[in-house]
Amino acid sequence: MSEAVIHDDHDDHHDHKPTGIGRWLFSTNHKDIGTMYLVFSLIMFFIGGAMAMVIRAELFQPGMQFVDPQFFNSMTTVHALVMIFGAVMPAGVGLANWMIPMMIGAPDMAMPRMNNMSFWILPFAFTLLLSTFFMQGGAPAGGWTMYPPLVLQLGDGFPFLIFAVHFLGISSIMGAINIIATVFNMRAPGMTFMRLPLFVWTWIITAFLLIAAMPVLAGAVTMLLTDRFFGTAFFDAAGGGDPVLFQHVFWFFGHPEVYILVLPSFGIISQIIPTFARKPLFGYASMVYATASIAFLSFFVWAHHMFTVGMPLAGELFFMYATMAIAVPTGVKVFNWTATMWKGSMTFETPMLFAIGVLFMFTLGGFSGLMMGITPVDFQYHDTYFIVAHFHYVLVPGIVFGIISGVYYWMPKWTGYMYDEKLGKLHFWTSAISVNVLFFPMHFIGLAGMPRRIPDYSTQFTDWNMIISIGGFAFGLSQLILVWVVIKCIRGGEKATDEVWEGAHGLEFTLPSPPPFHSFTTPPEVTDATAHS
Amino acid sequence: MSVDKLKQTVLGLVAVSLFLVSGAVLAEYPLNLTEGVTPTSHKVYELHMIILYIVTVIGIAVFGVMAWSIFHHRKSKGAVAAQFHHSTAAEITWTIIPILILVGMAIPATKTLVFMEKTGDAEMTLKVTGYQWKWKYDYLDEDISFFSTLSEEDNKARQLGSGIDPTTIENYLKNVDKPVVLPVDTKIRILTTAADVIHAWWVPALGWKRDAVPGYINDNWTYIEEPGIYRGKCTELCGKDHGFMPIVVHAVSKEDYAVWVAEQKAEQEAAAANSDKTFTKDELMTKGAEIYGTQCAACHQGEGQGIEGMFPALAGSSIAIGPAVDHIKTVLNGKNLMPAFKEQLNNADLAAVITYERSKWGNYEKVTAEGNADVVQPADVEAAR
Repeated sequence: MSEAVIHDDHDDHHDHKPTGIGRWLFSTNHKDIGTMYLVFSLIMFFIGGAMAMVIRAELFQPGMQFVDPQFFNSMTTVHALVMIFGAVMPAGVGLANWMIPMMIGAPDMAMPRMNNMSFWILPFAFTLLLSTFFMQGGAPAGGWTMYPPLVLQLGDGFPFLIFAVHFLGISSIMGAINIIATVFNMRAPGMTFMRLPLFVWTWIITAFLLIAAMPVLAGAVTMLLTDRFFGTAFFDAAGGGDPVLFQHVFWFFGHPEVYILVLPSFGIISQIIPTFARKPLFGYASMVYATASIAFLSFFVWAHHMFTVGMPLAGELFFMYATMAIAVPTGVKVFNWTATMWKGSMTFETPMLFAIGVLFMFTLGGFSGLMMGITPVDFQYHDTYFIVAHFHYVLVPGIVFGIISGVYYWMPKWTGYMYDEKLGKLHFWTSAISVNVLFFPMHFIGLAGMPRRIPDYSTQFTDWNMIISIGGFAFGLSQLILVWVVIKCIRGGEKATDEVWEGAHGLEFTLPSPPPFHSFTTPPEVTDATAHS
Repeated sequence: MSVDKLKQTVLGLVAVSLFLVSGAVLAEYPLNLTEGVTPTSHKVYELHMIILYIVTVIGIAVFGVMAWSIFHHRKSKGAVAAQFHHSTAAEITWTIIPILILVGMAIPATKTLVFMEKTGDAEMTLKVTGYQWKWKYDYLDEDISFFSTLSEEDNKARQLGSGIDPTTIENYLKNVDKPVVLPVDTKIRILTTAADVIHAWWVPALGWKRDAVPGYINDNWTYIEEPGIYRGKCTELCGKDHGFMPIVVHAVSKEDYAVWVAEQKAEQEAAAANSDKTFTKDELMTKGAEIYGTQCAACHQGEGQGIEGMFPALAGSSIAIGPAVDHIKTVLNGKNLMPAFKEQLNNADLAAVITYERSKWGNYEKVTAEGNADVVQPADVEAAR
């Protein structure tokens, strides 16, 4: 009898949330932590974006108008670090935090306290990184790739850069462990692996990539640290070391990192396209296998980032063939998404528009990627704006659009209100047009011979650079619409139904909108009929 | 905004941008890779175009299917969703066809790569060394060697807020004080390496670029078919002035090349003779100003004021106003980020630039007040080596 009373008490506390700042500082709730990740990511997106605006302002015309070359180099370097580690990766983890427990029928993440810590490391890491702007010698300016010997010339900011990278790595690894533990242990009865929503699948694979790749980066930057302060010569040719070794180690992390960034976006659009085509995802199993193959192959292609470094012919051939091989599973994914749309009954709400944007523009980035994989031609493309065009196509309309589509898709679920569809569409069209004005001409100036990471250029590139800068400013401004939409949606609007979208499937859409604080307190039963959203 | 209205807006925007692009053809809009002037660059260009055509065709096909689907399989047109979600035949097809296309691309790519890597039987060898932020060229067979830096005119114009319009300079940022001269119709081995950080040597018309890595010597080759001036840039981020270390190749006939080699040798002998000459202070100051502009101003700045926290000021610096021998040794051997100049400049040039630094920006008064020498002669430099 007394036991029952205690149990009842416990139930009473079930929906209790701490209030005030404590709710966020000490949060162990997957939704609150997910929200913090997403808000942090948005702030970093605008900080990194502001740096991009400085770059585009300086490159608007030839000659040096606004910043000195060293500060320009800091802008390109820190823009990349902030966007990759501060905007894109945390956004992916934020979405995973919010959605994975709801998608697999769990009450929360497997390790809620570690979840709190992996988020709260991030603000400290970026404080370290951004504080270097106020130090002797300035912020990192040797490129986000941190190649020695150049990176060793950085002033007092050097150890801050290294420790910021260490912290980011620790945070990512903890996040990844948590996701794997959650999916492996907390699936609802009947939620077998081959019934998992694709977003969950892509995140498991991403999490394994993180665990495999981040320690490699940590090792590489630690060697930089000891080279600078403890007299080692890992990368110093004069001491018997090898500067190219760093590049091999860095890109052994760096290429899987590319897929760490992109796979969650693939997962998101694999949820969205079936919903708005009102048709099941085509080739679910082959999607899973293709994702896994891409992840596996990503460990064997790193040297295509450094074809011009001077490798033996056999090495160049190996990395060329391996790189080309990645096009096969990537192609399978694109064909599957296309086949999902084929003979569907499509509507084009904002999430679908962004997802279709991903489909078109990621594919475009894939084409330039294939071209760069051809070693002899890459000798011309390497380190030009052609490369800048390629990875921005993959990263911005490929990944950022994917994340944004996910935000629009699940925002009514999170807030309980529909967002403003008109504003969402406006956001899509302004972004989609400006992003192409911004990045497409970069292909041309790259082919015509403009190197990347230069603060000033020859006059033949003036006209395109002006157009690119205008596209850049327009794209930057367009993102303010997103902030407006999000704030408006949190404050209220039309009530969202549980299902939110007409064609939506999956466990997250069986919960009320907004969902209860502890998603599934009793695990749902999953059958073939309810799976394969 | 309704979908129809949106469509109209988008079409309008497309029309406007097409009009703008066509109107702007008058301005300069470079689009494609250069065909270049070497057998390698022709092969690379061909390969680039083949792949571009292949991906364009695939793109039209894939985007076409997507677009068809988007326009025809929409709910507003009354489309009813089919429920198929699997087709083994289709999946095998779209795995096999890409593999075949890739193999088709890999064959010419492999051939070109093998061709590019044949660096043997060269008739002459040029060694290229990257420095922050200039190039050194060593003609290994001729014993000729010199540095090549951004020309003074470009260097002035590219300073922050210089007020000089870059469009008034022909080939802005692609002019050097001394171009590298190479003969046509000759197989030339080009070795790349670096003295400080990693650089990359790229002349697009030659059809390749290669990193210049300290501690490594990469070998490459070229065979220039047409005389001309070919310009390029450093393409590996190498610090503050990465954007300002261009490459200019003068390709000349074999006869002209022989004449040039003879001239260079004569000049180098004259320079060697200068090593034990004594100059007047005016001569040293004139020469010194020129060398300061190309070698020192990038870091220590035009008025010797340096950049706080990165590059120390020379105006009033303890080295520049202290004993001359310490000043000479610092310039010869380098310090922290500053490179050693003993290989880069000859005694006469070093004497000139050190004299210049000891007399400018109020340093002269301080040097003489401390009883140190203001004028440095080539012999002083030689003694300190």
